[in-house]
Amino acid sequence: MSTLDVSRQWPLYEVFVRARGGLDHKHVGSLHAADARMAIDHARDLYTRRLEGVSIWVVASKDITASDPSETESLFEPARDKIYRHPTFYEIPDEVKTL
Amino acid sequence: MSAAFGTDAPAPGSCARPHGPDEGALFRYLLRLGDLSLVLGQRLGEWLGHSPALEEDLGLANIALDLIGQARLLLSYAGEAEGRGRGEDELAFLREHREYRNPILAEQPNGDFGCTIVRQVLIDAYQLELYERLEASSDPRLAAIAAKSVKEIRYHLRYSGGWLVRLGDGTEESHARVRSALDALWPYTAELFAEDTLDRMMAEHGVAPRLAEVHAGWLRRLDPILAEATLERPRDRPYSWHGKRGEHSEHLGYLLAEMQYLQRAYPGARW
Repeated sequence: MSTLDVSRQWPLYEVFVRARGGLDHKHVGSLHAADARMAIDHARDLYTRRLEGVSIWVVASKDITASDPSETESLFEPARDKIYRHPTFYEIPDEVKTL
Repeated sequence: MSAAFGTDAPAPGSCARPHGPDEGALFRYLLRLGDLSLVLGQRLGEWLGHSPALEEDLGLANIALDLIGQARLLLSYAGEAEGRGRGEDELAFLREHREYRNPILAEQPNGDFGCTIVRQVLIDAYQLELYERLEASSDPRLAAIAAKSVKEIRYHLRYSGGWLVRLGDGTEESHARVRSALDALWPYTAELFAEDTLDRMMAEHGVAPRLAEVHAGWLRRLDPILAEATLERPRDRPYSWHGKRGEHSEHLGYLLAEMQYLQRAYPGARW
């Protein structure tokens, strides 16, 4: 890029890669691309070079709505004292290995 | 220079051999395939650190690495077919430019990004048509190399074709640049499909397809990309390029000088 003028750069895309069948797509990073098709190509070249995935999702970063960091307390703190929501009061038999 | 490089004429009586072409012919044919991949891969490598965007830097480098990988398989096999104990490294780093058998389209300079993309589209489409047919080669090892390469080449054409459409159907300037690159590079494509004695011999033995067939497939593949890129297919012109026989443009010497420098200056150097 000959200029750092952000308005002239390609838009940003977030990249999600599924490592193998059955797993979720995981966020792996972001990249610049002119459109979604190019974002897929770039994601393939940047994030699956070492056999990291079998499927790619790209989402324009501008289309992601994020929670407001200033609201972190009101959004997440109330869950802190509700430990009864965790299934930690069960005794797990020794025979059960994979839980 | 070994006699194997001297001529593309078939050895006397070679057609009578029951089990395919003689090793010398197979060697020379494999050099054509391997040298195209090697030289083009080296050219694309020149973009490292100079691409228009970081993402393209990696995109071009990935294609370059695929091509170098193809060259390694093909040149290793060529060395075995030759039977003089030369491996991929000797063939890549210790041959003179006249011993290189790539069509000269591959060695043409990168120019601007658009020019690189045009060269890439022309060669990707050619390689794809050729290697899809080489998968059915009577030579099982070549067929296996082709099967691996086809997957890579399909992506190369997706990348280069996608870019050609963007640039051709882009701004006035991007259109003008790829159009002039297409006009400049088009004449070199004739050599890809000009069948000589060696090509014919390979086709007769079922090792390789007829080039006329590859040519027809190439045009079928190329025309829709050009149309979408709003580019006109240039007219065919007479040509006199013979890179496939070792007669190269001046550009190849510089490319080899850079690529071979280390092995020439420090023979046998490894890391």
